Formats: sequence, structure tokens, C-alpha cells
Amino acid sequence: MTTWNEYVEQRGTLPEWPYPIRYGQESEIAADVLIVGGGVAGCHAAISAARQGAKVVIAETGHVKRSGSGGAGVDHWHGACMNPCSKVTPLDYTVAVMESAHGYSNGMARYITCTEGWDTLLECEGMGVQIRDVHDEFKGADFRDDQTKLMFAYDYKNRHIVRIWGYNLKQCLYYEMKRLGIGMYNRTVVTSLLTEGARQGGRVVGATGVNMRTGEFYIFKSKATIIASGGGGRLFSFAPEMTAAGAMSTMNSAGTGHAVGWDAGAEFVLMEQTGPGRLSGFGYAPYSMGNTSNTYHGTSIVDANGKEVPWFDPYGRELKTVEERFLPTPEQKFHLGIGIGLYSYADQYRANDLARDLTDRIRKGEFQLPLYADLTRLSELERRCIFGMMVGNEGKTRIPIYDTLTKAGFDPDKDLLQAPVMLPEGYQHSNFWGGTPIPHLRSLAGGGFLVDWDLRTSLEGLYAAGTSPVFGAGCHGESHTMGRYAARKAAAYAATSAEPVVDRKQVEAEKARAYRPIKQNKNGVGWKELNYAIARVMQDYCGKYKNERTLNRGLSLLNELKENEGATAYAANPHELGRTMECFSLITLGEMVMHASLARKCSSVYLDFYRLDYPQMDPPEWERHLPMRQEDGRVEVRELPLDFHLKTPYASTYEENYERHAH
Amino acid sequence: MSDKVYMTPNPPTPNKGQKFDPILCNGCNSCVEVCPTDVMMPNPEQEKPPIVLYPEECWFCGACIEECGTGALSMAHPLSQNISVNWQRKETGAYFRLGMKNPPLPNRRPPSGGNR
Repeated sequence: MTTWNEYVEQRGTLPEWPYPIRYGQESEIAADVLIVGGGVAGCHAAISAARQGAKVVIAETGHVKRSGSGGAGVDHWHGACMNPCSKVTPLDYTVAVMESAHGYSNGMARYITCTEGWDTLLECEGMGVQIRDVHDEFKGADFRDDQTKLMFAYDYKNRHIVRIWGYNLKQCLYYEMKRLGIGMYNRTVVTSLLTEGARQGGRVVGATGVNMRTGEFYIFKSKATIIASGGGGRLFSFAPEMTAAGAMSTMNSAGTGHAVGWDAGAEFVLMEQTGPGRLSGFGYAPYSMGNTSNTYHGTSIVDANGKEVPWFDPYGRELKTVEERFLPTPEQKFHLGIGIGLYSYADQYRANDLARDLTDRIRKGEFQLPLYADLTRLSELERRCIFGMMVGNEGKTRIPIYDTLTKAGFDPDKDLLQAPVMLPEGYQHSNFWGGTPIPHLRSLAGGGFLVDWDLRTSLEGLYAAGTSPVFGAGCHGESHTMGRYAARKAAAYAATSAEPVVDRKQVEAEKARAYRPIKQNKNGVGWKELNYAIARVMQDYCGKYKNERTLNRGLSLLNELKENEGATAYAANPHELGRTMECFSLITLGEMVMHASLARKCSSVYLDFYRLDYPQMDPPEWERHLPMRQEDGRVEVRELPLDFHLKTPYASTYEENYERHAH
Repeated sequence: MSDKVYMTPNPPTPNKGQKFDPILCNGCNSCVEVCPTDVMMPNPEQEKPPIVLYPEECWFCGACIEECGTGALSMAHPLSQNISVNWQRKETGAYFRLGMKNPPLPNRRPPSGGNR
């Protein structure tokens, strides 16, 4: 039993809610820049805006000190192209990503994050994050530069991905935010954006939110707003009892920023792109089992008889040594690396990997399960780096993996770490701890606000930062960098913009909507059951294979959930109230994915998008963005070339656009 | 613990995410403050360990353990996770897993970096 059961059994009474209940009470908070979401993007944005002299307020569902997907640590920083050891230029990198994604990525975000990513990392160093091997633990390693003491991941020749000791990175950002006097509103679920004249499509002048501990209602009034609220982990799959430990995002990942942006009338692209169910949470705790991907990249994998699984370069040639695993082939420019929001790689940028036909070879009995990660076959320095530095600093590894496993006696110098035993298909991707892919559990991938070279959305006063709010963007380091960049722009806009005027009627309507769950009959459905139902609809009607009828049926069913069971959903306390409001955001997010899917009347290998009624694969006339937004109760869709960011009204090169916009 | 048997719902799943040592815990609630998903609530009684109200919302990130100033708090993965994390000693072929009875001696090597 838990401490809750013990308390109730001993006292014979339910414990009262420990925080003051303030339902209906309003607080008005004014700021130059409001940041929705306190993950690494939002926090770095807050710091950047405050350093520009703006009055900054941040609203976060959890607690800023540890919140967000990056809140539990990070072990490497991608796209640090401007670091002194890098042989990759921002242009090289951007071209590589756009080529690998066949144009379905965000060249602006990639170029900006590669150009400013190293500076942003240096700022983190200034805040107390260790980014160099200052203790000389890895002297002599082939992944280390002796002069700068920087260490590199994936591609030891081109050195544009930096290994960092980021287990406490979020705390460092948090202390800097405190030092700068940034207003932090933790335990706050944002429920809407406020717009000028309450008009959908008008300038964004603030937001509303509810406090998940007290239930009070916040009215944020801001000159500029940045959406940095991450993705929507609870959309396609919701089974926290089983998945929370294995999930890469927290319970707070509910697509809040997307939903409030959509309701305010902002434009979105690529919401129809979804990923296969490889990191569904139904696997294992991240990095807890033998594998050779990402943090463990390069680790030797052996079968139950100690037979090693060979490595191959992208051209089908077997690698002979461990060292080769971290080097590009002569025909390659550089390795892009894993975990940058890319779903396909052009061969010349693809990393080395285990035999691609491993699944078949297991089926044929050549390799006997279980497989193991054999770190003893790596050099001592690489072994220690992977298990001790990477595992130990990457998200959710310091305590859950490094501490837990070593306390239990695991020693990478002596032990084989077992890979999960799963269907042979599960070994197709070397990230074994993700578990066997679950085909009907899709995930959001790449879709987000349509932004311009200022990382501004289609709405005046509204900017976006971070993986997921910004379409086609990268991962951890890129999120910091986007936050920092967007905040400069937001602060500059705030410095000269007109005073925001909040429409009281819009606030009243939103307040009524936000408190509806506490006013319902206690027999109303609970938020978890509502969330399961939303995920069910998404799995069935918005899965890998779609058609017009089922998408429209899915939209009707989501609307039913909203108007019917959702309208009578009951929240017994402020925590449940916040979670219920997140469910409404999830419904909106699901609607966005369905609308985007309806708009794309073709199939696409690059988007992993298949229309049973339009099976033609990537016809040239459909190779474009399909920006969509709401207007007067309708969904408006238009067309935009994939390289719109290098066409009028922008300049035709990345360098020139950056020069024009960055400062 | 009383001898009476009560009507209680099924045990929460998972429910070993947070383990408090009642002697070491002084009820400072630092863990409560920092939890990203507000899993724990302050105990109505002073200086007592927090009440774990939402164990299934726990992300198993370890923030609470890192934040704890007295070492009162430890974390255990859900059983489905513990039973899965297996390793084998190369030399002897012996099998080990998380949460096993008679575990081997701990590996005391700290992680890399300055703060160990």
C-alpha cells in the first residue's frame, strides 16, 4: 500500500487537500514577454528575454526546476557546428537535414540552431553546466580534443555533436532565472491565448491558466508570448500505470501550446506527419536495457552464445573495428546522428549501425536470443564514457539507471547487459529498450506552428520555440537555441509594441469553460477515462492508414467527447481540473492532426502517411506544405513550397536570411 | 497496522516509486516542491513523509531523490521494469536482475563529472 492508504487506515478519514482552494479567484499578471512552458526551450527563452531587459513571466505545468523532457538531464548537444573543433558548417548541416527529410523539415530552425547552438551551449557552461572534460577523465580518447577538452558523439572526425554532463542542466537554468527575477508560475495549466478584440487571428495579448494546486485563475497580459510547451505525449497512447516509467515525456505533455495556438487562429504545418510506435512507453525505462543506439551508440551487441552482431556502414560494407563505428566513410560528408527529429536519412549522412538484416538473421537462428550489450568489447575510455558519463547525465539516467544499476551490482567492466527479449521485428531499430514497435500507437512527429525567420507564428505577438511547437525542428540543444533566439525577437517586439488590451468577455468565457469540470455531477467521467477515450479514437481513426470517411468519423467522435462526456467530466480537485483541461487540449490537438490528414490527398513515404483513398505515393504536385488554420469556424488550408523560407519575401540563401533576421 | 480488514481499492500500480525512510525524513517537502508531475502531497502532519497521491503519474526521473537533503528517499522502478533489467557476469555466467533476493555487492564507482 502507499502512504495514502496508511494515512487513511490510521486516521479513519480522508486527508484534506493540502493547498488553499481558490476556485474563481483571479490574478492578473502583466509582462512584456509571457512564456508558455518551462522546459529547456522556455527557460532559455526566459533568460534571453530578461537579459534584453524585458519583464518576463513563465507559466509551467510542473515546476521549472525539473520540468520538461529535458528536465531530467541530457548527455549530448546536437548541431554545435560552430564549436572550435567542428568541420561541419551550419549550411552543410541544414542542407543535410533538408535532403534527408526530402524537404519536410524546417531549414530556418536548423540553420539558426546550428549557427547559434554553440554560443547557447557556452551560455549553459556559464550557468554552471560542465561541457568539457575538466577533470581529465577521458584524456587520450579518440572522441576528445585535448586543447578544448570537448568530447564528441557519433562522428569523431567531424565533431559537431558535443557530449555534455547535463544531468543538472535544468537546475542551472532555474537558478539563473531566479537570479534574473523572472516571474515563475509553476503548477499552471494554460487554457487559452487571449487575442486583441477577442478575434481569432488577432494579435496575441496574453493567456489564461489555472493553478493545479489551488485552482485559481490566472489572466496573463503580455506584449509578446512564446509557446514552448513541447509536444503531445498523451494523444495517441495513454496508459500511465504501464508507460510512465518508460515514457520520454512526462504526464504534462498534452499539446497545450498547439491547442491554444490553434484556437487563437495560428497556422500550422506537418501535423499530418506521425511516427511509428517505437517509443510508445510500453518498452522499458529509457537506457535501462542493452542496446546500441543514441546514448549507447557504438556498443557491441552479442547473442546468447557470445557471437557478436556485425556493424555495417550505410553502403553495406562490414566494419572491422570498433573505432570505425564512430567515423564516416570516405564517400560521406558527416554523420547527422540520432535524435534530431529526423525520420529518414540520406545515406551520405547516415550513421553506421548493426546489420540491417538482423531481424531475419535472428529468425533464421543465426543469432540466439537473448542479445546483450557487451561494453567490455569497447575501449576502457569509450566504455566509461557510455556507462558513467552518458548514462549518468542523459535524461532520467543519473538516479534511475546509473545509480540504480550500480547499487544493484551491475559493472560494465564485467557484465553483459541484456537486451529486451522481443519479436524479431523489435531488433530492426538498434534502440532496443523502446520495445517491439506497436503499430497502432502513432506519435506526433514534426508538426507544429508555421514560423518565419523570426520564429514568429502567423499571429502577431506570438512566437514559438522548442521541439514540437516549432515545426520540423531538432531536439534538446536546438530547443535551448530556439528559445534564446525567439526570445530576442519577442523582447524586441515587446519593446516597441502597443500596450496589450485584454477583452474581458473573452476572459469570462474562458473562465467559465475552465471551471466547468468542478461544477459537474460527481458521476461525470474522470480525466483519465476521458484521456483513454481520446487516445482510442486517435489510434483507430487517425492511425497509419487513413481515409476521408474514417478521418471525418474520427472528428465527429472527438467532437462527441468534447460536447458530451467531456462536458460533464468531473474534477474533484485542482489537480484533476488541470488534467481535465489538458484533455480538452488533447482533443483539439487530435482534431488538428485529423484536419491536416484530410488536407493531404496523397500518400507519402517521407511523412509515413498513407491514405487508403489516395494511395499515390509522393506525387510531385503534393510535395509542399499545407498550412492550415481556423477562421470563422472553418478550417482554411493553403499551399506553400517546401523551400518557402528561401523565396520571396525572404532572401534566397540561408546566410543572407540569417544576417537579415538574427540581430 | 490494525488487524481489521478494510474495503480498499486495488493497490496502486506502480506503488514503489517513492520509498521514505521515516526516521531520516523530516517532512521538508523539497521532493513535493520539485516533482514535475506533482505526484506527492505534503502530509497534514508536520515532519512526516509526504503522501504519494498520484503514483501512476510518476515519471521515474529521480528529481525527488536528487532534491532530498537527508537521503530519506529512494526510488524503485515498477516491478515490470525490475524483472526486465537483467545482466550476466561474463566470467561466471551468473545472472542478476534489479530487485533480486541476495543481490551482489554494489558497484560503488560514481558517475563521471564533478558532482558525484
